[in-house]
Amino acid sequence: MTVMTQERARFKPGAAWLTGLKQSLAVTTLLNRRLLFSGSMLVLVIGFGVLGPIVLGRDNPMKTVGGLYDPPSEKIWLGTDNFGRDVFTQLMHGTRTSLVIGAIAGMEAILIGLLIGTMAGYIGGVVEEVLMALTNVVITIPSIVILILLSIAISTRSIFAMGLIIGLTSWPWTARAVRAQTSSLRTREHVDIARLSGAGTLSLVIWEILPYMLSYVVMAFVLQLNTGILQEAALSMLGLGPSNTISLGQMLNWALLWESVRTGAWWGFAPPALFLTLIAFSLLLLQASVDEILNPRLRKA
Amino acid sequence: MTRFQSYLLNKVLWFLLAFCIALTLNFLLPRLIPGNPVDVIVGEMTSGGTLSGEVAQKVYAAYIAQFGLDQPIWMQFLFYLRSLARGDLGISFARSPARVQDLISQALPWTIALQLPAILTGWIVGNSLGVLTAYKKGWLDRGVFPIFMFISSMPYYCLAILLLYLLAVHLTIFPVAGGYSFAMTPALTWNFARSVVEHYILPFSSLVLIFIGGQSVGMRAMSIYELDADYVRYSRSLGVGDNRIIAYIFRNAMLPQITGLALAIGSMVSGALIAEIVFSYPGVGTLLFSAIRQNDYPVIQGVTLLIMIGVLTANFLVDVAYGFIDPRIRAKQVGER
Repeated sequence: MTVMTQERARFKPGAAWLTGLKQSLAVTTLLNRRLLFSGSMLVLVIGFGVLGPIVLGRDNPMKTVGGLYDPPSEKIWLGTDNFGRDVFTQLMHGTRTSLVIGAIAGMEAILIGLLIGTMAGYIGGVVEEVLMALTNVVITIPSIVILILLSIAISTRSIFAMGLIIGLTSWPWTARAVRAQTSSLRTREHVDIARLSGAGTLSLVIWEILPYMLSYVVMAFVLQLNTGILQEAALSMLGLGPSNTISLGQMLNWALLWESVRTGAWWGFAPPALFLTLIAFSLLLLQASVDEILNPRLRKA
Repeated sequence: MTRFQSYLLNKVLWFLLAFCIALTLNFLLPRLIPGNPVDVIVGEMTSGGTLSGEVAQKVYAAYIAQFGLDQPIWMQFLFYLRSLARGDLGISFARSPARVQDLISQALPWTIALQLPAILTGWIVGNSLGVLTAYKKGWLDRGVFPIFMFISSMPYYCLAILLLYLLAVHLTIFPVAGGYSFAMTPALTWNFARSVVEHYILPFSSLVLIFIGGQSVGMRAMSIYELDADYVRYSRSLGVGDNRIIAYIFRNAMLPQITGLALAIGSMVSGALIAEIVFSYPGVGTLLFSAIRQNDYPVIQGVTLLIMIGVLTANFLVDVAYGFIDPRIRAKQVGER
């Protein structure tokens, strides 16, 4: 067993992955730039949402500071919303809420997807058939319907509950892909060796199968994060957003309900709309460029 | 039984299973609400001060009986199935005595008239652009493509809001709200038709741009993949013209795109819910929006049911068509399950 552990340490797939990444980064400068751009955009957005309220000392986005749609001024940088609340403060807190909900949903989706996918792919047989049948049913039933019905059923929706609900509907694609990869990985020789040397099923899956899917899992998380953020925004705009807090979607919801678009109060709707676009674009660009780095075949294009 | 028949049977069974689960969820989930929907409605009526205690009691009892909420849950489910089979979706809470199916059938034509042409136009233009950018490269690929990439990653409601502000509020080229002028009543006159068209252009363009973006990005990726295929090299070495090769690539890269089209048409109702809200367009999205704000559960359930039927049917048809077109798929799937 100790020999095996040493072997594993020497052939850590993570290390190979990293050197591969470095080589690829050195080769492709255009890609490098795209990765840099999307990465730094995301760092900025996350920093804005997470650190912004602390650094600027604006901890209460619900505080009334002015009247209905006061225009931007030196003191209130982005004006006020329909309740006279500071839009800039709301934007910071809303960004954070949206990111948190997206992250909860993304992590949940990845976890369920990994669990179901590896179980189906590794165990096979009846378990695989049942799990994949479940996955296929969840894929066919439109997620927006489940989201609407579940959100209605829960009268006060916390940030955590929103994240859970969204994650609950978005795991099937991950489960499918993970199952396909697992069933191809389990026939590899290194898995056989580990099995022969007496490793249990759980440790096999964790040490011999999961590391080889790491790059896929990371990219799937980036996509799920994006889906989560957009689903939250969509639900909020339908009037089913998180209660007692502010998110980017809810800012848009208020802006629409109080006609900030038609009264020309651009500071009501433009900041959240632009932020949602920016987040979605950066996440997709990040995903695409990481994908190209890890799959050299795509790069020829 | 031939292979195709067993494949078909398999798909029909799947469709029925998914449909049953969807129906059950649609029935069950709204009943998870603490208490029951009637509590909420009567509570709102009384808190508005419109009803006294005794009257509220009566209203409550009437609603309970009307929705069969005094029955055990399995009886309620049977009632629900029976009325569905008759095409009866119940009575709207907020706009009683309007029937849910009537409200939906008033809204649905607007949604379809908005979405279907947008999906089709976007699909045709987007796919042609995708092949062109992949094949011609050059300024088209470097200049036009990033724009579409950006648009396709943009949430469609954000584009809708920005277009509404820029073109209707700021530049006042288009009307700001509705499916037709608020001053008019629907009639078969030229004035009314002109008003409808004026109100149509902006929501339509916001949707069509997103579709073009999404389709061209997908088609470009597919075409680049196809460009590497042997038949393209061979045709090139034979000196076959560009247009001919593009046509070959187009046909080969088409299959997933056709699936995409069918699924987009199937999810038409849910596809642009929020765009309708942004433009106050009198379609299903706006209906759902007001139903959610008024806790109008029968209408919400009716809309979600409509969405589910559309998506499940489209999925089913795509599966059948695929099995028909591509023998590999039906062989594989019969073996797999």
